[in-house]
Amino acid sequence: MKARIIERRQLCPEIYLYKIEAPHVAERFRPGQFVIIQTHEKGERIPLTVAEAQPEKGIISLVFQVVGKSTLHLSLLQKGQYLENCVGPLGNPSEIRRFGRVVCVGGGTGIACLWPILKALKAVGNEVLTIIGARTAERLILVEEIRQASSQVFITTDDGSQGEKGLVTDVLARWINSPAGASSPAIDRVIAIGPAPMMKKVAEVTRPQRIKTIVSLNTIMVDGTGMCGSCRVFLGQTMKLACIDGPEFDAHRVNFDDVISRLEMFRQKEKLALETYRRQLAAQREGLAPKELHPKRLSSD
Amino acid sequence: MIKIGGRRVPMRELSPEERIKNFSSVPLGYTEAEAVREAQRCLQCRGVPCEVYCPIHLRVLDMIRAIAARRFQEAFFIIQADNPLPAITGRVCPQESQCEGVCPLAQDGRGLNIGKLEAFVADWARARGLREKLQIKERPQRVAVIGSGPAGLICAYDLRRWGYQVVVFEALHKAGGVLQYGIPAFRLPTEVVDYEISYLQEIGVEFRLNFFVGQNIPFAELRRDFAAIFIGTGAGAPLFLGIEGENLKGVYSANEFLIRVNLMKAYRFLEYDTPIICGRRVGVIGAGNVAMDAARCARRLGAEEVYILYRRTRKESPARDEEIQHALEEGIIWMELVAPRRFLGDEKGWCRGVELVRMRLGEPDSSGRPRPLPIEGSEFVLELETVIEALGTTPNRLFLKQAPELAVNRWGLIQVDDNLQTNLPGVFAGGDAIRGNATVILALGDGRKAAAAIHRQLSEAER
Ligand SMILES: Cc1cc2nc3c(=O)[nH]c(=O)nc-3n(C[C@H](O)[C@H](O)[C@H](O)COP(=O)(O)OP(=O)(O)OC[C@H]3O[C@@H](n4cnc5c(N)ncnc54)[C@H](O)[C@@H]3O)c2cc1C
Ligand code: FES
Repeated sequence: MKARIIERRQLCPEIYLYKIEAPHVAERFRPGQFVIIQTHEKGERIPLTVAEAQPEKGIISLVFQVVGKSTLHLSLLQKGQYLENCVGPLGNPSEIRRFGRVVCVGGGTGIACLWPILKALKAVGNEVLTIIGARTAERLILVEEIRQASSQVFITTDDGSQGEKGLVTDVLARWINSPAGASSPAIDRVIAIGPAPMMKKVAEVTRPQRIKTIVSLNTIMVDGTGMCGSCRVFLGQTMKLACIDGPEFDAHRVNFDDVISRLEMFRQKEKLALETYRRQLAAQREGLAPKELHPKRLSSD
Repeated sequence: MIKIGGRRVPMRELSPEERIKNFSSVPLGYTEAEAVREAQRCLQCRGVPCEVYCPIHLRVLDMIRAIAARRFQEAFFIIQADNPLPAITGRVCPQESQCEGVCPLAQDGRGLNIGKLEAFVADWARARGLREKLQIKERPQRVAVIGSGPAGLICAYDLRRWGYQVVVFEALHKAGGVLQYGIPAFRLPTEVVDYEISYLQEIGVEFRLNFFVGQNIPFAELRRDFAAIFIGTGAGAPLFLGIEGENLKGVYSANEFLIRVNLMKAYRFLEYDTPIICGRRVGVIGAGNVAMDAARCARRLGAEEVYILYRRTRKESPARDEEIQHALEEGIIWMELVAPRRFLGDEKGWCRGVELVRMRLGEPDSSGRPRPLPIEGSEFVLELETVIEALGTTPNRLFLKQAPELAVNRWGLIQVDDNLQTNLPGVFAGGDAIRGNATVILALGDGRKAAAAIHRQLSEAER
């Protein structure tokens, strides 16, 4: 089913937010879920974060970072053009309950994934402390939205261009390891979404104190419905499928080294596809390539 | 004059050297003259064992007679009246254990090539755009079909012919089920599947792709909005061995491997975006149709050594004869009486080999086949870069989780009565969803039977 792009916004140099028309996804979406899209007929099926759903308008917001050919192609589509396919919502929703004090840790596009979760957590009465980070101030996304949805926000950047200089996990470690007192009641739950190495680090920081920690795993996926097993992850010896058992798992049981290793499985081919596509784009810009690179889809109206 | 009986008219095929360079159909199909000659070998048995042993009792004899008399159009309409997908069944049915196996000519290995004749008439008709002209008398009732594999397709076809408003829900972005994502193009060309599906669209079956019932639309909503439901969700979830090393890069389920290759066309990578990585040395675990398909795909992706690793022997293999034959011609190496113990990897997490243990055959087990038993101390290592596990599949637990009111047995197979009705009134099921890994023809039989039961139920309700 085709899905029309009705708004296209660049959040930072490599991250975009698209609003697309997908009424049945919008109607069913709950925080923590995702969609799988295909940008054109010959495209890959890739999972993407849903940052927001507006069921009354039949619209969902997708946030993605340009990392390979598929996301580069997506970033070149314009308002009014269509995604070839969009299926969702997929995966299980986050557990939304009153836990007490929840710390949400986000990095990269993970921040977009956290946004609806922390809104929901706050709405049921949790104190939501959020730590978001990026390499530089320029690359931080949705800061205002996150600020409004959280009880308190802490920002870190690798170069100190905004907030504290350092990593999100530095702040988290400081909170956890500071002596408990009246001013710092215990943390009831941590939710971390971001690059796998970041989530691994969060798990290490919270493990000694046994603070319940949830991560959302962004594995490679194809169908997203439990048919292929490409998204398999290991919790101890037990195999789980991120698409239908997750995407959220208990961080202290996830074998992150496997997650990180398996994410690299197709890296070489992905690089090749991206380079080839970039060359084609450059050739096209110079008017050297008469052929269309991918079927152009213009708005129907 | 052709002597009755005589030799099977040989099927022309691509040479193995040519085949492994592409995904084109291996059998080239009979010409008209060849088909007529083959059909004329038929002994016209009175008891028509070929029809008796066809799971859906197609009118084989009438079709053969029409072909023998060069009345191809008639042959097509005879077969199509009972089977809307003859181009598909002609190519993928295990004929040697059905129609062709009981043909008296088969006794000395010259059985009538019924499958290829069926495919011939279907291809002949497709080339001419010949299709049954239906006079559909519309009925108001809506019927939902979940899953667009062969079971769902035939059920939708029959119900639509009788005038029902049929909506097919399919989780993937293309319809066809295993026909689309599992069986490779060199066995079942994609355009054949697409053509058959386009016919259903033409007669007014509505396809809603990208809808996983349960997850993207509640099963309860379907029950409310449709007068009846047919569940043809198949058995598409892969089984894994559960041994050490399955986390390694280079280890695939056959489903992932085949979905990447067939549905996503990874063999045309760069034109298509989905990648696949297939090493020089590949091991396929299992020896059914799925294993053969995966092995033959691997060969076409450039693998130099492809092993079938099977714990029993060739005699027990459930694969179609033709598939094993073709695989061996293509240089697939058959290694039997071995079972994997663990996969071995390098420091970067890539698969480098498999530790195998030799097996021997013991007493028959519950499947009637001899039970394979390990010979302790016989372990050895086979170096491999890619492993494909083709161990069979089970029903998708995601759907079952979202429709808990549906009664299933302990293997997750949906339970049905003689009319294929589930424990929920008006909800029917068939195909792999009730049988586990079965066949296309059994799925077709179920879809057809359920359609008839739905028709009975809905037309009675009308009175
Ligand atoms: C690689 C391979 C090779 C094979 N070779 C042969 C062969 O040569 N000969 C032979 O006879 N048989 C063969 N088989 C077996 C045969 O394909 C199956 O028995 C047959 O396809 C079963 O048909 P089905 O309609 O029950 O289900 P399937 O073909 O499995 O179709 C089920 C469909 O339902 C969809 N679905 C599942 N759940 C939902 C949901 N909740 N909502 C919406 N859609 C859903 C799935 O995406 C799928 O498209 C092979 C199987 C495989 C995997
Ligand atoms: S993406 Fe295929 S099983 Fe999860």
